[in-house]
Formats: sequence, structure tokens, C-alpha cells
Amino acid sequence: MNAHTRPADPAKLIKGATGDWEIIIGMEIHAQVSSKSKLFSGASTEFGGEPNDHVSLVDAAMPGMLPVINAECVAQAVRSGLGLKAEINLTSVFDRKNYFYPDLPQGYQISQYKSPIVGEGEVIVDMLDGSRFTVGIERLHLEQDAGKSLHDQHPTMSFVDLNRSGVALMEIVSRPDLRSADEAKAYVTKLRTILRYLGTCDGDMEKGSLRADVNVSVRRPGEPLGTRCEIKNVNSIRFIGQAIEYEARRQVDILEDGGVIDQETRLFDAGKGETRSMRSKEEAHDYRYFPDPDLLPLELEEAYVEELKRGLPELPDEKKARFVESFGLSSYDAAVLVAERETADFFEAVVAKSDGGARDGKAVANWVINELFGRLNKEGLAVTASPVSAAQLGAIIDLIGEDVISGKIAKDLFEIVWSEGGDPRQIVEDRGMKQVTDTGAIEQAIDAIIAANPDKVEQVKAKPTMLGWFVGQVMKSTGGKANPQAVNALLKAKLGIE
Amino acid sequence: MTDLTDLTLTEARDGLLSKRFSATELTKAHIAAVEAARSLNAFVLETPEHALDQAAASDARIARGEAGPLEGIPLGVKDLFATKGVRTTACSKILGNFVPSYESTVTSQLWRDGAVMLGKLNNDEFAMGSSNETSAFGPVVNPWRREGSNLQLVPGGSSGGSAAAVAARLCLGATATDTGGSIRQPAAFTGTVGIKPTYGRCSRWGTVAFASSLDQAGPIAKTVRDCAVLLTSMSGHDPKDSTSANVRVPDFAAAVARGVKGLKIGIPKEYRVEGMPAEIADLWQAGQDWLKSEGATIVDITLPHTKYALPAYYIVAPAEASSNLARYDGVRYGLRVPGQNIVEMYEKTRAAGFGPEVRRRIMIGTYVLSAGYYDAYYLRAQKIRTLIKRDFETVFQAGVDAILTPATPSAAFGLAEMQTASPVEMYLNDVFTVTVNMAGLPGIAVPAGKDGQGLPLGLQLIGRPFDEETLFAAGQVIESAAGRFVPPQAWWA
Repeated sequence: MNAHTRPADPAKLIKGATGDWEIIIGMEIHAQVSSKSKLFSGASTEFGGEPNDHVSLVDAAMPGMLPVINAECVAQAVRSGLGLKAEINLTSVFDRKNYFYPDLPQGYQISQYKSPIVGEGEVIVDMLDGSRFTVGIERLHLEQDAGKSLHDQHPTMSFVDLNRSGVALMEIVSRPDLRSADEAKAYVTKLRTILRYLGTCDGDMEKGSLRADVNVSVRRPGEPLGTRCEIKNVNSIRFIGQAIEYEARRQVDILEDGGVIDQETRLFDAGKGETRSMRSKEEAHDYRYFPDPDLLPLELEEAYVEELKRGLPELPDEKKARFVESFGLSSYDAAVLVAERETADFFEAVVAKSDGGARDGKAVANWVINELFGRLNKEGLAVTASPVSAAQLGAIIDLIGEDVISGKIAKDLFEIVWSEGGDPRQIVEDRGMKQVTDTGAIEQAIDAIIAANPDKVEQVKAKPTMLGWFVGQVMKSTGGKANPQAVNALLKAKLGIE
Repeated sequence: MTDLTDLTLTEARDGLLSKRFSATELTKAHIAAVEAARSLNAFVLETPEHALDQAAASDARIARGEAGPLEGIPLGVKDLFATKGVRTTACSKILGNFVPSYESTVTSQLWRDGAVMLGKLNNDEFAMGSSNETSAFGPVVNPWRREGSNLQLVPGGSSGGSAAAVAARLCLGATATDTGGSIRQPAAFTGTVGIKPTYGRCSRWGTVAFASSLDQAGPIAKTVRDCAVLLTSMSGHDPKDSTSANVRVPDFAAAVARGVKGLKIGIPKEYRVEGMPAEIADLWQAGQDWLKSEGATIVDITLPHTKYALPAYYIVAPAEASSNLARYDGVRYGLRVPGQNIVEMYEKTRAAGFGPEVRRRIMIGTYVLSAGYYDAYYLRAQKIRTLIKRDFETVFQAGVDAILTPATPSAAFGLAEMQTASPVEMYLNDVFTVTVNMAGLPGIAVPAGKDGQGLPLGLQLIGRPFDEETLFAAGQVIESAAGRFVPPQAWWA
């Protein structure tokens, strides 16, 4: 699927004064490689630290210093490529991208220009409405990050922090296959999920581990591509959506006023929610790319790639399919669970019984998604920090399944475990939370209620839906512990409704 | 006792080990020679205290019987090599008083083997030049003069300080670097021996880069054997340099006396350039005769792409240089000329810091890499490079063991004599040497005779990749036949 073959979806068009417009979006994602040391030096990649704490002689571009490729970064790039179902190029070349900037010590960035390590691949994106589309990946290449210029430390000077200088980035270039801000956001979310599954990028956008350059253009449906603008360095998924919406509207307004779009690089101002011009095509750098003579071409062996492939974890698409297949989950529930590897792992840990058996996947999904996630979100906690462990949640679900407690009591039990901890089964025992299935005890309660409410007995015979009132009364008198099915059945028999 | 500075490195080593003199005595003699020869401007920084400390340590090791292969040998270091705690400038104003916190791999191996550093040697700024006249410290004067003339001559470049210091007996050997002929041409101009080893033989780590794909370190010394001893110490795989070759380093000195019997020596017809002076042609013939009389076979060969080497070199080398020198921006070290904004700071710093020849090459390099010109220049030059490499491979595959050529088109010329010439005329000095860098091969320059005015002339031998041993063997045959060339008197002292 690409810009020319994907038909315009009327639902995604934006309305202009003169008719509908289609938005075409392509993205370049910069994902920081998870590695201990930098792409070409032994300096630490640790986030934070005092400025210039993690800087080697190579990172500072001292005279005579030479880059040496970090094998782990190469492996991470290959893993990422495999995760994107992409072609791995057994020979790739590092080039120098030349430009002057104070936070670029070498005066060039080592990147891959003509021969990237990873070629074409794809990402399948599921939308909340159940629709799905495929985004073509054009390439993934390795490159160095730059340092950071600090302009707020001195009245007339700028300071430079080289801690990030030389950190490995993967630039992942998509085809212009995206058609709306929502699609773009869903794509980045999915890409982030895949990289986090692979362990090749932590996806922490707040720390700058994932940044997007967003290319936006608009056109009349069916017409050739319009002139695009590139919005640089957008660092949150929400901002990506805002930037696209603003930029598409800006372009439509210009075109409808009879203007033309200038191909340019723009910046997104998160404060104002707008994009503004950074530099025009004429001001664009001539990067004078050429192969870095300090580095030999990177040659990989087929066996090496195969080895990495064997070590890959199950990826979200496969995991989702398995959840649907093996546990009978809805596609939606499965998608929610696999969005993070940790939640999928938690779900599977709840499903697995200690005796090797399995709990009912649907029931588990229900509890994990509705109760657990609901509670975690409320407290702003990650699933890995959940106060209720998988084993505890599994025990709660078992108690429901065994008719020991009702669903309602289970929620109370969940609260107790959440705040106090402990073995759920023991808590039920100690606090007398067991469900009453003893029909004698329930009958007694029913008889008492029938005796005390002759008027209601009359009414229910005329209007069977009144049964709910009786159920409520019985539950109340049994402290919620009566088995609701038993209550229902007995009430119907005693009141003589079918 | 003979003057200690007249000894060759090998003789001095023998003298030290047999305790005829101490490393301290040997070092003091050379320090005195260095001080007396300041008019040659070969050294840009003298480090006598450092040298005497090292010499004392060497004497102690010799006394303990722990002498390394270069124990107590006083050397000079081209200012392109980073020396820990010792100012390193590449003879450019842009590095100012830069003092590295690290030692280049090549020099660290020399100190590991016991050598003594007398100081840092002059060179063309960032090794860009063929006469040592582009140095920020001013030109080096060749210890050789034309017979009956007091005219000052250039020592060649870019390793002019290294060649002049060795020729003037200021040190027993020197480190040098060669990107297009910067070891071999000055060696030829000063009657010394210089070898550029195979690309990848010596680590480039810690050596200021000129053109990364062409730069190689190597020694300049008084004799072929001395060069072999030095190269053995300087060579070896270095994981810090991705282009360093992981190949065995032989004891090169062991190959020196091997002879040339049965070797096939190629004579490339393309090196018989138009207007070649008769004395150069005669010297070339003499070289062939000496090798033949020692049992080598002389064969005519063709290297058809030779004529494209120089123009291609002057695209590839400046292209890489323009990028390699981008780091000298006034931000982190070296010279900074303040400006109203960052662009102005860059412009003022680089305009003040780089000399005219370096600026010229940065501009050429920037131009040939520019969008729209890359394919026409850089890419084509790289294709030519492949063809040049293939020319050599074809010849070696046909059984040729080494190739004999003149080292330079002429003897040393006068200081400032080329000032009015176009840069291209200066670049022609490299015509016989650049092909070797373009192909990554080893090449040695050995003095072989004198021109009509009594100036030394050199021959060049080119070898197979990583076969420096054959070059030492054949070089020794030439040295034995031609004799050594020492400046007649220390007129500078």
C-alpha cells in the first residue's frame, strides 16, 4: 500500500471552503538504541548526569581520534529490522553528513546515507474502530546523536553538553502511507510498542528516546502529491497529532487562498499549538555526504542475522493473534493487552495456574483490563508496580469460578488485596466473605422477606421485573454473600413466576 | 670515540648494549646537536628534560638487562602525532597550544620499546605541502646545499622536519606520515631513507588526520636497516583504528639482508614522464643495474592509469581533509577568535587559524563533495582509484615482486622558489608517490645518487600489500651499491 494506491477514505478527509482535502503523512522516527555505550565510543549512554560527564575523546572529536563501531548497537538495529519484517542489508556503509554546529564536535554526523543496514519493511497498525492498515517502512539506519546546546546559562554565550553526542540512534523512515493525525499517532504508538518488545529502544519520549520528524502535505483526493513540509523533532504522540492537524489546516488555507506551499522545515511550538518556519528549501544544508573513510563497510553474515532472529521475542501482532486464538479474546481486548509487553506478560501470568493448568482467558482479560488497569490508571501506576500480583489476581478469579465468592464480593476482595495485600483465599476465610450457597439459609431469608412484604408479593405477580427488588433485599439481608443464581431460582419458585 | 650523532640507529643500539656509552650520553649528544641546529627549524618543540628522563630510565633498564628493541634511542616525532602532555599542533595556528591528554598508538609503541623523545618536528600545516613551507612555524631548511652555493633549499614535505633532522644528525630516526608522498619525497630530498608502509600497517589512532583513507605513519632514518627496526616497533593491529589491519608484524630487520636473487622487479613505462631530467633517468637505470647484478630480473610493466592518479588524488585527499578539519571550529580546544554569533566565530577562527594552502584544500574538498559535483569529481576519482589499484594487482599477479621508480622528478629546490608557481606545479612533486597511497601499497625511498649540483636523489620501490620485507631487501641492495648520503659538513651549527 502506498501513496498512490491507498484510496482516499472520505471519513479521513478534511473539509475546506472549496471542497475536501486528503492529508498525506510520512514520518522519520529517531529511536535511541538501548545500549550501554555509544555508537562509536565506550562512553556511557546513561541519561542525566552532570553536563559533559559521559564524553570520551572520540565524542569530543579530539585530534586524531577514530570511531569504532559498537557491535551491540549493530545487533539492536538488526533486531529492530527483523521486528519490522524488513530486509537486512548484509553490507551497509557509514557516511559523513557534514555541517557545522557547536553540539556536533566532529563537524559531521556519522550516519548511513546510501546503504542503510535495514531496507524495506512494514508495520501493521490497528485502529480503535477495528480497522487496520499497513505502513511501509522505507529503511532503518544507524546514526550518531548530537550533543545539546544550552542557551539559557549565560547572557551572551551558549554552553554545550556532549553527553548525548555519539549516542546511537535508529532513524526509521516510513513511506507516506498515513492519512490522518490519528493514523500517525497510532503508527508511532505501534512502532514504539514493537521496539519496546524487542528491547531495542525504551521508547521514553519524555527523555527524548523517541522523536519524530513529520512530513505533511495535502492534496485533492486522487490528485498527485502536494508539496510537503517537514516538522522537526516532535517529542510526544499528542504533539504529533496536534502538529499534523495544525499543519494540514495551514496548508489547506494557503492553497484555498490561491497560494503555494513552500517546501520547508518547520518547528512545532507546543505552547502555541502551531508550526512555524525554521528554514526554507533554499536555506537547506548541503550535507556533502561521503563514505566515512575511518570506517570500513559494515559486513554481516547471514548466520549472524539468523542467530538474532532466533533470539527475537514474540512480537505484538503474533501475540495478539495467539491471544485471540488460544484464549478466545476479542480482537479489541487482545490489542489492549499486547500494547505493552509487560501487560501481556501480566495477563499470561494470571492465566497460568501454578499446577500448569490455565484459567479462563476471557475472565482474566476482563479482570485485567477493567479492574486492574482501571485501578492502575487511577493511581498512575505501571503494571510492573501493581500492588496486586498476578498470583493474587489469579486466586481472586479462582474464587469466583469456584462459586466461593460472587463477582461483587470479588471486587471488595480486590480492594482489600490492593491496599492490604495477603492471600485472597485466606482473607475470604478470615473475614467470612464466602458466598452462601446453602439453599436453606437463602430460603430462610426469602421467606422472611415474603412474609414482611405482602404488597410487593402482589405487585411482582403482575410485574415480574419487580423480582430485582426481591433479589436486592435478599442480598442485603445476607450481606451480599448469597449466590445470586440460587437467589434468583429460589425466589422465582417461591413467588410462582416462571 | 666517534661523534655519537654520526652513528646509525643500529650502531647506536649496539654501542648502548655493549655499554660503550650510555643512553644519557647519547641523548645529551643529540640534544646538543638539536640546540646547535635551530637555524634549520627542524624542531618546533624541544623536550630535553623529557628526553633525559627517558634516557635515565633506559640506562636503568639496560643495566638490568631489560633493554627494549629501541632502548635509549633518541628520536624526533612529527608534530602530527599526539604526545601526551606535550604540545601537539600539526604545525597549525588553529591548534594553538593544544596539549593532548593521550599518546598516539605509534609513538606509544616506540616508548614501550625504550625510545627517547627529543621533541616535536616541523611539518607542513596538517601535512599539506611538499616543501615544508606551509608550516605555521615557518619553513625547515634542508641541511643539503648545492655545491658552491649558500642558497637555502627546502627539505621537501610534509615530513620536512623529520627528514632534515635525520639528515642533519639531530636524531637517529623520526616518525613521519605519508598521504601522497610526505615520507618518501623529503627522504629523497635529504639523502635519508623513508618508508610508507601498507595502509593499515600502522595505527592512525592519535595522529592528526589529513586524508583518512590515504594517511599512513612510517619512519625516516639514516639507513634501510634503521627504518626496518623502527617500522617493526611502529606497526601492529590496533582495535582503536577500524582501518588497522590485523596481520602479523614480521621482524623487518631480518629481511634487510635477504638480497634480491630471483626477484622480479617491474619498471613501469608510464613513470618515464615527458621532460624527465637525464640525471633522474640515469639514476633509475643505475638502480635497475644494481638490482640485476644482485640476481633480480628486470621486466618492463605497464600501469596504464598512472596519469590519472595525481588529479584523482587532489580530489580525494582534499575531500577527506575538508571533513576531517571541520572539528577545528574554536568550540572545544585550540584557537578561538570570538564573533558576534556562532557563524562569525567559526569564520574568524578558521580564517585566522588555517594557512592559505590548508584553506585552499578545504575549499577544493568542500567543492568536490557538493551536491551536483559529487558524482563528477569525488565518485569519478574513487573509480580511478579502483583502476589504479587494479593496475598494480595485475602486475603483481603476473609475478612482479616490486616496482622500481624514481622517488621525485627533481632534487630539492630553493626556499620560496616555488612561491610564484601555481599550486599545481608544487603538486607535481608527488607524481611518482601518490599512486602508492591511492592503492594503499607500501613504498620506500632510498637515496641512490646525486644530481649535477651535488644534491641527493632517491629511488622508490613499491611492493605488494604487507610485503614491506621485499622493499627492505631490495632497498638494502640499492643502499649497498650507492652508499650512504650524508651532508658534507654541519654548516648550520
